[in-house]
Amino acid sequence: MKRADCFLALAAWTLAAPLHAAGDRITVGSKNFAESRLLAEVFAQLVETRTELSVERKMGLAGTQVCFAALQNGDLDVYPEYTGTGLVTLLGAPPAGDATRTLSYVRREFLARWNLHWLAPLGFENSFEIAVPRALASAHHLRTISDLARMSRDLTAGFGHEFVQRDDGLPGLRRIYGLEFRAVKQLQQALQYQAAAAGDIQCLDVYTTDGRLVVHDLQVLEDDLDFFPPYTAAPLVRGTTLALHPELGAVLGLLGGSLDAGIMRRANLRVETRGETVESVARDVLADLGLVAPAPTRSAAPRRDHLAAFMWSERGSLARRTLEHVGLSLAGLVLGILTALPLGLWLERRRRIAEPVIRVLGITQTIPSLALLAFMIPLLGVGAPPAIAALWLYAIFPIVRNAYTGVRDADPGAVRAATALGMTERQVLRHVRLPLAVPVIMAGVRTAGVLTVGTATLAAFIGAGGLGEPIVSGVQSVDTIMILSGALPAAALAVVADVLLGRVERGLQPRGLRGAG
Amino acid sequence: MSSSVLAASRVWKRYPPAVEALRDVSVDVAAGETLALVGESGSGKSTLLRLFNRLEEPTQGHISIEDRPATEHEPVRLRRRIGYVQQDGGLLPHWRVEDNVGLVPRLLGWDAARRRERTLALLELVGLPPRDYLRRFPAELSGGQRQRVAFARALAAEPRVVLLDEPFGALDALTRNELQEEFLRLKTRLRPAMVLVTHDLAEAFRLADRVAVLRAGRLLQVGPPPKLVAHPADDYVRALLAHHRVGAA
Repeated sequence: MKRADCFLALAAWTLAAPLHAAGDRITVGSKNFAESRLLAEVFAQLVETRTELSVERKMGLAGTQVCFAALQNGDLDVYPEYTGTGLVTLLGAPPAGDATRTLSYVRREFLARWNLHWLAPLGFENSFEIAVPRALASAHHLRTISDLARMSRDLTAGFGHEFVQRDDGLPGLRRIYGLEFRAVKQLQQALQYQAAAAGDIQCLDVYTTDGRLVVHDLQVLEDDLDFFPPYTAAPLVRGTTLALHPELGAVLGLLGGSLDAGIMRRANLRVETRGETVESVARDVLADLGLVAPAPTRSAAPRRDHLAAFMWSERGSLARRTLEHVGLSLAGLVLGILTALPLGLWLERRRRIAEPVIRVLGITQTIPSLALLAFMIPLLGVGAPPAIAALWLYAIFPIVRNAYTGVRDADPGAVRAATALGMTERQVLRHVRLPLAVPVIMAGVRTAGVLTVGTATLAAFIGAGGLGEPIVSGVQSVDTIMILSGALPAAALAVVADVLLGRVERGLQPRGLRGAG
Repeated sequence: MSSSVLAASRVWKRYPPAVEALRDVSVDVAAGETLALVGESGSGKSTLLRLFNRLEEPTQGHISIEDRPATEHEPVRLRRRIGYVQQDGGLLPHWRVEDNVGLVPRLLGWDAARRRERTLALLELVGLPPRDYLRRFPAELSGGQRQRVAFARALAAEPRVVLLDEPFGALDALTRNELQEEFLRLKTRLRPAMVLVTHDLAEAFRLADRVAVLRAGRLLQVGPPPKLVAHPADDYVRALLAHHRVGAA
């Protein structure tokens, strides 16, 4: 770009800026599986090319509840959802009726209850299905789920976590078909296929449009009792956003009825097993539909055969993820220190309640990180704030425990003498206990630091970014290289954090204790 | 009684639920006098010592300090006027010798010049040339040197009362002997009232003007060493004298 052009562009931007007030950015979200990401990316690119709106992406949020809560409190404006999920999971209604009736029912209810709109259905259903290895199916003449129920007691099933819980999943199957297994393993969706290929499981839940059905030799069983509700995919949008930006409804409406199961299966396959980026596949889908211009040159997909080459090609985004990761961890740790240190010192003065309080704080460590993140969403939405709050909670315990015991157990001889010679309790704390407890306190801070850096990978589940992002997407597409591209820097960060905090510890350690023996 | 600097009168100390650390103990210390409290562990000697700087409070009975009830003395201010030495020295490991010795003067708000002058004089007094020791940390001293610093610290604010809780207990025999000599020199020179807790009767005979023998919280006998030797109050005192080979067997 020539300098004059730059200037013009800048001037235009400056003039336009006041007109493009805050509402001109919309946020598109997705759940943490490939099709949801792909559809969300399709929405995002379509909005970016066909409207003046700019788009923020919060991809890979941990499941339906997280996405829905984020949509309700305005952290998201739109995300792809399925009518069956809306009916069963969000409205808590029993599965009933065909696709059309289900759609109109959820439309009516969502509008009335939450002012949320289901836009035009995209043209395919992605229902749960039950699949078995083709060899097993032909050996036992399995065609329907009823056939399966006859012999399922001899089989080990591998189901997704959500499927095991949902009423339109395993519990309902048990009720309607009497389906019982020898064992049920709960697995991440992406790992189910590997487990099936390895022969560890003989039965799994799949989605209609899953591209991997093509690759793995799996037979989908017919739902002969019409148990599974119809899962028609459609954009789910906030009413307030639509009122503000009617053009959003118009452009997303362009997708109505245009994506069939075949298109989706092929597109999903490209993301899930060929390691192509969601962005480029979404672009191709839109280009094939004639909704955006085809990419001028097929951008070369990043190399996936060699870790170093891949990380080099992704260095820009990895650097950004690393910065996000450091930011999240640091914020959580600093907040942890600022709250836990005074709390630990206060508890030392209240010994009777100290142990019970610390034990209660210890419970925070046992809350699964995902559950903790999920609790945060109604309070803090999605993105960095809930992630930082969760990291802060995790950091508190090790720091409080060490601050309390460090100060309590500081050199008893020195404490006794200082008291006997006329130091007040406050002076003993400030001049004796606290300096002598520095090594113990810092050991707690180091533990918290490493813990925080490790846990921050989970921030990706609630759209807060960080190095968990490539890990989570890598797990979904069973892409070891991508997983490592996030996991290795995260591990390195943990080591760096430990070393740096060790330096701080030595710096803070009172002279006279250093190397004293 | 009016000339006594420290006095305990009919003092009981009970710890819930059923421990009686002191039972009806009365004893006093005159100005310039050294009283040794002798007994086995659990005899109550350290508890009695700690009543005199209000680290402990009696369950029953009265303590008086410089002719005033102990309860009229504010504990923190009282402790700053009373020297204190404990078995392990109790030096602050993160403070240099200089700061350890200057601890009480600093709490009393002396200015830096006066503190320093006093610290230098005291280190000379306890036989540690300031030039070599002023800037050292406790970890850089031997056990005997640490205890010398602890003595200097106890004497820093020129207290009229010094409490000593087994100050020679952790030292080897040679160092202990050396420090006991030093103690006698300091005692004759400064003449504070002192209470010395020890389990070693020989040490008590050597260092104290009067010796009090405690057993299971009771005061068995108190008097100058010759009197104890001449008229042991009971078989326990007699056996104790024999065991430590002091006086007539």
